[in-house]
Amino acid sequence: MENELIHKEETRDDTAAKLGMWIFIFTELLLFGGLFIVYSVFRTQYSREFHQAALELNVTIGAFNTIVLLISSMTIAMALTALQKNNKKLSLRLIGITILMAFVFLVNKYFEWGAKFHHGIYPGSELMMKFEHGHLLYFSLYFFMTGLHALHIIAGMVLLSVIFFRIKKGIIHSEKYVFLENGALYWHLVDLIWIFLFPLLYLIT
Amino acid sequence: MSENATHITEYKTLGIVLVTLLFFTLITIVVTSFDLAVWNVVLALVIAGTKGFLVVTYFMHIKYESLLLKILVGMVFFLFALILVITFIDYAYR
Repeated sequence: MENELIHKEETRDDTAAKLGMWIFIFTELLLFGGLFIVYSVFRTQYSREFHQAALELNVTIGAFNTIVLLISSMTIAMALTALQKNNKKLSLRLIGITILMAFVFLVNKYFEWGAKFHHGIYPGSELMMKFEHGHLLYFSLYFFMTGLHALHIIAGMVLLSVIFFRIKKGIIHSEKYVFLENGALYWHLVDLIWIFLFPLLYLIT
Repeated sequence: MSENATHITEYKTLGIVLVTLLFFTLITIVVTSFDLAVWNVVLALVIAGTKGFLVVTYFMHIKYESLLLKILVGMVFFLFALILVITFIDYAYR
């Protein structure tokens, strides 16, 4: 009863495309998952140092970025809804907003990292080398995890830009939108990772 | 029964999910601002887990996907939990 609906066109298999995207997402989840485990182990071993180090992060900036990412996650989900409803203009606008939000996130991150650099805290800095072991581990993990996440934001921006122009050209449309669907899945993944990074790095002190 | 890829999530649903996510973000910031010792970690992770569940279910449409995908997603999170638990057992008994 489902087969007729799924296989509308001969050479297309949207289900397989989406399954492939999900398998890629699983690898990403396990990549960050591994880092979360490293973080958890060191956190239990150096709980006092991690506590002190986490106090140096700015919760306001972290919270602002969380809100930005959550909103962008909704706008990209809405872009898919809009395209499915054949509202190309709204879909393009929503993708544009999502990319803008990603940019705001990065600008914020730039200022946050910039402030840390200004205080002499950056990987390999003289100050960091003098830190206690737990302190050093915390900041190394902070820079590595947020840095890797920021790279994912940049990749997401590139991907969404490609999707934006493909929709504009009509390559992706209301009957053929699996590329947008997969792009949106990737963007939600970036949001999902941040949902866990934010409390772990900024809040639990 | 199982719906297929043609399911369209309404704008309203997505809006409600966003509001819920923002609400949970506020709660988690307020809750962790108090010193509740180990409960801070537990609460923050439970809230993050709930938020993650909402994102996966509604934004990522898992609710409307095939059973195969649902099982796969469940298994990946189970695998992660398993690795986490085993790692901690290892460290606890060294």
